Formats: sequence, structure tokens, C-alpha cells
Amino acid sequence: MARTVDRRKFLWGTAMAAVLPWAPAVAQSAPVRIGLLTVKTGPLAQGGIQMEQGLTVFLKQKNSTLAGRKVELISADTGGNPAGAKTKAQELIERDHVDFVVGPLAAFELLAITDYIQQAKVPMMSLAAADDMTQRKPNPYFARASATSSQCNQPLGDYAAKEMKLKRVATISEDFAYGYEQCGGFQKVFEDNGGRVVKKLWTPIATPDYTPYLAQISDVDGVWNGFAGSNPVKFNQQYAELGLKSKYPVMGGWTAYDDALLKSFGDEAVGAISAAWYSSDLDTSTNKRFVEDMVHDYGNIPGGYAAGCYINGMCIEAALEKTGGKTEDKQKVIEALRAVSLTDSPRGAFHFDHFGNVVGNIFIRRIERKNGKLVNTIVKTYSDVGQFFTYDEKQFLAQPVYSRDFPPLKS
Amino acid sequence: MTRWVALALALLALVTVPLWIVNGYYVNIVSQILIYAVLALGLNVLVGYAGLVSLGHAGLFGVACYAAAWLVAGGWGHLPAALLALGVIIATSAVFAVLSLRATGIGFLMITLAIGQILWGLAYRWIGLTGGDNGINVPSRPAPFGLSLALSRPFYFFVLIVFLAAVAAMAVFIRSPFGASLKGTRDQPRRMTALGYNVWLIRFLAFLFSGFWSGVAGLLFCYYNQFVSPNVLALSSSAEALLMVISGGTGTLLGPIAGATLVVIMKNVASAYIERWNFLLGAIFVAIVIFMPEGLVPGSVRLWRWSWSLLRRPRAGAALRVGGGRTG
Amino acid sequence: MSLWLLLAVNSVTLGGLLFLLSAGFSLIFGLMRIPNLTHGSFFMLGAYLGASFLALGLNLWLAALASAAAMAVIGGGIERLLLRRLAGQELAQVLVTLGLSFMIADFCLMQWGGDPIPIDTPAGLRGALPILIITFPTYRLVIVIIAVVVAAALWVMLERTRLGAMIRAGVDDAPMARVTGIRVSRLFTIVFCLGAALAGFAGVIGGPILSVYPGLDADMLPLALIVVILGGTGSLLGALLGSFIIGFLYNFGQALFPELAYIILFLPMLLILLVRPQGLFGRHAP
Repeated sequence: MARTVDRRKFLWGTAMAAVLPWAPAVAQSAPVRIGLLTVKTGPLAQGGIQMEQGLTVFLKQKNSTLAGRKVELISADTGGNPAGAKTKAQELIERDHVDFVVGPLAAFELLAITDYIQQAKVPMMSLAAADDMTQRKPNPYFARASATSSQCNQPLGDYAAKEMKLKRVATISEDFAYGYEQCGGFQKVFEDNGGRVVKKLWTPIATPDYTPYLAQISDVDGVWNGFAGSNPVKFNQQYAELGLKSKYPVMGGWTAYDDALLKSFGDEAVGAISAAWYSSDLDTSTNKRFVEDMVHDYGNIPGGYAAGCYINGMCIEAALEKTGGKTEDKQKVIEALRAVSLTDSPRGAFHFDHFGNVVGNIFIRRIERKNGKLVNTIVKTYSDVGQFFTYDEKQFLAQPVYSRDFPPLKS
Repeated sequence: MTRWVALALALLALVTVPLWIVNGYYVNIVSQILIYAVLALGLNVLVGYAGLVSLGHAGLFGVACYAAAWLVAGGWGHLPAALLALGVIIATSAVFAVLSLRATGIGFLMITLAIGQILWGLAYRWIGLTGGDNGINVPSRPAPFGLSLALSRPFYFFVLIVFLAAVAAMAVFIRSPFGASLKGTRDQPRRMTALGYNVWLIRFLAFLFSGFWSGVAGLLFCYYNQFVSPNVLALSSSAEALLMVISGGTGTLLGPIAGATLVVIMKNVASAYIERWNFLLGAIFVAIVIFMPEGLVPGSVRLWRWSWSLLRRPRAGAALRVGGGRTG
Repeated sequence: MSLWLLLAVNSVTLGGLLFLLSAGFSLIFGLMRIPNLTHGSFFMLGAYLGASFLALGLNLWLAALASAAAMAVIGGGIERLLLRRLAGQELAQVLVTLGLSFMIADFCLMQWGGDPIPIDTPAGLRGALPILIITFPTYRLVIVIIAVVVAAALWVMLERTRLGAMIRAGVDDAPMARVTGIRVSRLFTIVFCLGAALAGFAGVIGGPILSVYPGLDADMLPLALIVVILGGTGSLLGALLGSFIIGFLYNFGQALFPELAYIILFLPMLLILLVRPQGLFGRHAP
């Protein structure tokens, strides 16, 4: 990749500047720098590699020029752990002096750097979904164009109760915060609309065999899951193998049935219902162009990780246009970023709420086989969905963050 | 004589780091190296001098980290929090030691691994205490004598002082009669027993000493990152600490420091330039085993002496000892 | 009732898979006294290779055998070039096996990307079979048969062949075996090849249940360690029984004590180590 060579040269330059105090100050016409915190090694690399692809495709389409200024992308591999995220955030901000941080991927990485970002006052856009980042513990320098953990699952709860007419549902998800928050969102709305979650199962992150959990599912109308990473493939294989698929329809959040995972699924996933803030199936010109370029450059149908970073790129462009390409006043930049309102993006129209979290479409999709390939077909669109769904913001924030025990299982 | 000059130069270099490294980011990297070096030095007490290979030291490191973070986040002052955390770490080390010292060799390794994994599991699931994978944010760094450590340079000096204390403690420890008897339990446990030494007690005390310094490193890590999550207790963290000790050279003072430097630089600096840094790090470990199986520091010393002797007496080349030194 | 039966049957099938995973690990550990920390990586690399062989059109069984052969070659290379020179140096062994596992993990990421790769169940085995009051996936039952066949083959090899006698002699007392004229170093290579091949084979056979993804190595290595600690090193019977015990512990533990799910395997492992450091069936302490 040509970029890497440029980058290395550039980084050597800054490394020397770091050591030599008399190195000249960066010239005024310096490019805008976007730092990408991603994961390129270890188990989380799957999503991390897609993040880099999405942002790279965007910058390539724009010829690396946004609002009349050259843009430089510097990506850093956090290794998928909190300490790595902190060090790499420092690298991007203190050494490379980036104007924007895109990423990191995982919630625990984001939580490890949120205080630091706030002190450093660098606008950040992350795909990490931790609800409280834009709810009870907001960060004024943060904007999220993807979704909170619960944001997609709240409409899914509505859909499951009203359109699928399910009454009794079992949930299964990973035993950590992302799983709890997704499950809580689903449960809350599903139960408020007459449904009932009758069993909640939590699996450790590394679970080779889900059978001990799946064996406990009986006497329900459907099963909701909140898996992420490579676990959905394993889960759906085993779910179908045990004959549950023919008995109970299965649904899940966006990471469970992400478009980028479709090539890893087989027939076992056909029919699965999911709620996502992005769907490669969406018929808009921007999205078509994005999907085409992703397939052309990387041979991949993009999912949320790539789309999220592409959309973050669009937000940065729109913000720069508003500030006239200036990035010095961080306060103005983050204000401009949060004021971004786009009508044509790969996810359709969206804007931000006053916490910096996105308000936009949530698509309910069903996996179907078309021309031999699996696709997520949109079956319903919930427009303008915010993180509080239909609830009043004050009341929503007065309740605790969704957790393993909230909402509680009704007995 | 050369030894003292080298020591003075090294000390001078360390003290002046903030002067010749202008960018705060690199000062932070050096701080990280020193923090991991303290952990590796602590682990080396067991691995190098007691012959007990622990794959659970991230557990001790992490417990100290969590204890301090939990107390400080709960409103305690930094000094009482740190003192209490050190008490917790001594107690944890004692339990750890009583359990794992039922075995030696691979058995010891497996017990420490199991305890480490159990602590990791607790950190994940005991959400009321640890916050689960959301972790605990530490609101501030300590300010000893009113001096703020918030910025990279003052914090570096703080870490440096602790690091030097750790090195001094290790140096005294190794030369002490207790250190000698610990090495005796490593090489000749039966003879030591026959001579009337309480081998178990010696190992137990060494474990406490090792655990204490691993806990100190955990405290520094907590202050450095101002965030703790189950990741610090993961098996990969324990393995990383062990790799630092072995790759640098066990049973030496400089080895663990060199190993910590290698790993921290590969993870944080080299990874900015080399996309496949993880592969390279693995390859470096393999290369170390091939070329200097006793570790970087003893291996380099051997190679240096050998090339020196070649220069002086060209025919002494046959004196190269491959695979020398104690590594097992 | 059907829940308990399902869990019981699944315990046996998981045990079968765990045996395939850990048999090679146990043999290597027993004979060479090496905790082979690349074993999880062998499992993952084998599974990735198997996925590639499947993509070339081989069926699952041929892919598994081809993958086993490839892993034997790789394992043999590692033993000849690296481990050979480290006999008795445990720390150097830890360093080199962990270093190799870093390299293999990153190599797989480079070669196959980060996306999980599914391995399809062979067409004829996709359904489920009725067992009393439950139905159970056919393929999982086939895994038990494969595990039993592999165990029997290993038993015959160890107990009824000259090679097996030499290996047993080596496990019991390597220096003594050397004195009696057995070429222990060649045995080491053979056993290491065999162990790597078994791991690769297991990776492909487990594929239809586990799929292949980055991180599979780190998920499987602790399981192999636990089985071998429980069963005792170098004991085929120990590995077999240890696998089934872990199968039961895993299934019933996860279902009955979901609160302890994260530590459900390490707690028993710790207890065994404390009470009986040589493992349930091991002859001497590791």
C-alpha cells in the first residue's frame, strides 16, 4: 500500500522532531490528520481491519481532500486491549497531533481513554457502543454515528412484540457489558409492548460449545441473541444443529448478523431477523457507491464496522466544511461535528442528539438466499430512532444503565 | 571499575530522559518500560532465583491494580489507598503462595495459571466490585508532597524512583544470605533440607517478596493508565511478563529490564511502523532461543566477551560456548 | 428430564472432541516433558488448512487427513530445528513455544483474514438422530466414534507395537531407555509429529462445531492443559477419561452454575492440583 510508505516517512519525520528540540514547527499548511484507533492483531482484528477499509475507501473517494484541505490518515493498532488503546491514543494525540480520533472498536477500549480524550480535548468518533458514553457519563468531545448497544435492540423489541407477535422469548448473549446493554434494550421494549422475556442466558466470551445453554431453551416463541465478533457463526451453527432453528425463530442485534458476516454463514442463518443501523441492502446512491468500492477494493460486502468508519469520515468532512477547514479551535470543531446533519449517507439520513449520539434509521432485516448468496433484506425501517427510543429522556436516564439484572427477569 | 562507570552512565541517562526526549509520548513509553520492568524484576525472584515458573503473576499485578483503583474511586486518599492495596497484595500473595507451593516445576506453573484464571474470571463476573469489563476509572494520580503527577515528566520521575528502589532491593536481596539460600533451594532442594533449612518457608518468603514488587508495579500501572479492567489479569498478561523475564535472561538483574524494554517497544513503538509486529515479536523470541538460549543479557555478554577475546587472541574463537548458562 | 439427557449425551460428544484435542498434547508432555504451548496454534492452523483443503474440493475426512499430514510436517520441522536443542531447558521451551504461537496466530490472520470461516458438516451427517426422548445432532455422535477409533488406534500403537513399547519406555524413564539402545531423539520427533498431526486433525473435525476464527488457539489451549492436568501426563487412558470428565463438568457446570461460568473449569483443575498434583491417572508428578 502506497499510503503506508508515506506514513512511515511522515512518522520518521515526527519521531525525529520529537527527539530534536530544534526541529522546525509544523508548517501552517499541514494536512488535517485523522487518527484511527483500530485493532489489527488478535481476535478482534476482524472488525478492526474492516474499520480501516471503510475509512480508507472514503478518503480515496475524496482523493484525500476534505473541505479543501489535504487529509492524512494515521492508523494505530491497539491490540484490542485497554492499555494498548490508551498508549495508542497518546501516540496519535501527543506525537502525531491528530485533529480527530476515529475509533476505538471495543467498549472497554473506549472507556479506558474517555477521560484522557476529554483532557486532551480532541474530537473523537467511536464505534464502541457503551450506552453511558452518551447517557449517564457523557464526554463533551465525543460523537457516535453508529449506535449505542441498546439503540438497535429497542426497536427490535417493538418489532418482535408487534409484528412477529411473539409472547415469550428467551435471550442469550455474552456475559459482559455489551451483551447486558443489548439485552436490556430488547427486554425493556419487548415487555413494555406485552411480551415477556422468560429466560436470560449469559455465556462467557470464549465458549466453545453453546449446547449447555441452548439445551435450556424450551417453551418459548422465539430466541434473541446478542453475539458479536466470530461467535455468531459458531452460535448459529450450533443453534441449527440442535434443531432449535425449526422450532423458535431467532433474532439478534447488528453484530450478530452483520452484513460482513454473511459470507461466513450458511443455510443455518437463513430467516434470522436482525436490527441494524446500517444495511448494505439500502438503496441510496451514496451507499451503492460505497458498497461497490468496498467490493472492488477489498472483495468484501461492507458491514457496520466499515460503514461506521466511512460515515465518521463523512461527518468529519461536513464538520470541516462548517469550520472552513479550520481545526485549531477544538470546541468549535466538536460543536460543528455534533451539529452535522446528513440526508444522504450509507445509512440514510441522520443527525446527532445533544449528547452527541446519533438519531437515524434502524433497519429490521431478514436473512434470505438470493442468487445463491445470503443477503440481509430490509423488512421494516424505523426512522429517526434515538438512543432513548420512544421514552422520555429524563425518565430513561433516571433508570439505571441496562445490566445483567436490569430490567429484572419477571417471575 | 567499568561496572561502576556503566552504572553511573545508565543512571545519568535515566534521570535525564525528560531532557533529551522532548515529546511527552516517548517519556510515557519509558515510564511504561520501567513499570513493566518492576513487574518482571518481581517475577524474576521466583523464576530466576527460586526456579519456580509462575504463569499467574498478572493476577497479583492486577489485584493490586484493582485494590488501588477501587479504593481511590471510592473516595479514599491516595496514600491510605496505596498502603491498603499493598497490604491486600501481601495477603493475596500469601494465599497464592500457600496454594501453589504444594508443587514445584510444571505443577507450580499450572496452579499459578489456574489461580490467575480464577482471578480473571472473578474480575469479569464480580461486577458489583470490579465493574465487570467496563472497568474502574481512577479519577486522579497521587500527588506526593503536593507535587502533581498528572503530566508525563513528573510521573516519569515518580516511576523512576520506584524503579530504582526495586532495583536496589533486588540487588540487596540477591547478595543477602537469604538470596543465597533461595538459590540453594533452586539447585539443591534436598541438600538444603538436609542442612536444616526450611525450604518451604524460604520459597514462601521469596513468593511474598516477588508478589510485593509485582503489586507495586500494578499500583504504578493503575496510576499510569487511570483505568483498570479484567484485561490486566488475563493469561496473556501473565505470559507476557514471563516472556519478558525469560527473553531478557532469568536470574540476572538486567535481564528482566531488557526483556521489558523489548516487549514494550515492540508493542507500542514498533507496532506503529510494522503492521505484523506480533509476528515479528514471536520471531524475535524464537531467534533469542536459537542464538542466546540463556536470554538477551547473558547472551550478549557472552557474545561480547567472545568477540573481545577474538580481537585479542585470534585463535581463541573455539572458546565459544553455545547454549551456556543456566536456563532450565 | 430431556435437558439432563441432552447434557449427558453432549458431555460425551464434547469429551470426544477434547480427547482429539488433548491426546497429542498428553503424549508430547509425557514423553518429552515439554508443555507444548503451541498446541492450540496447531489446532487452529490445522483447522485453517482444513478449510482451505475443503475449498479445493476435498471432503471433510480427506481434508482432515491432509491437514494432519501437513501439521505433522510442520511439527516435525519445529521439533528438529528448535525443540531438539532445548532438551531439559524448560524456560527456553516456554519462550520458543509461546513465540511460535504468536507467529502462527499472526500468520493465520495474514493468510486467512479476520473473518470466521465456517466448516460445513458433511452432507450425510447434517440431521439429528433420536436417542430415547431427545434428538441429537448426528455429526456430534460421529465425533465420539472418531475419538474412540483414534483412542483405540493409539492404544494399539502404544501397547502392541515396537514403536509403542519404545515410547512407553521413554515416558517412564528417558535416560534409561537411551541406555538400552532406543534412539530417544528419533522417538521425540515421531511423537511430536504425531501430536501436531492429531491437533490439526482435531481442528478440522471440530470445525463443523467450532468454525475457525482468530483466537481459536487461545480458546483451546487452556482446555488441553486442563484435560492433561486432570488426567495426568503421558497417560492415554488419563487423557481419555480426563476429556470425558471435563466434558461433563463443562456441560453440567455451565447449566447448573451459570454464575460460575467463567471459572467452572479452573476451579476443579485447581482442586485436583492441590490434592493430587500428578493428576487422577498420572503415575508421577509432572
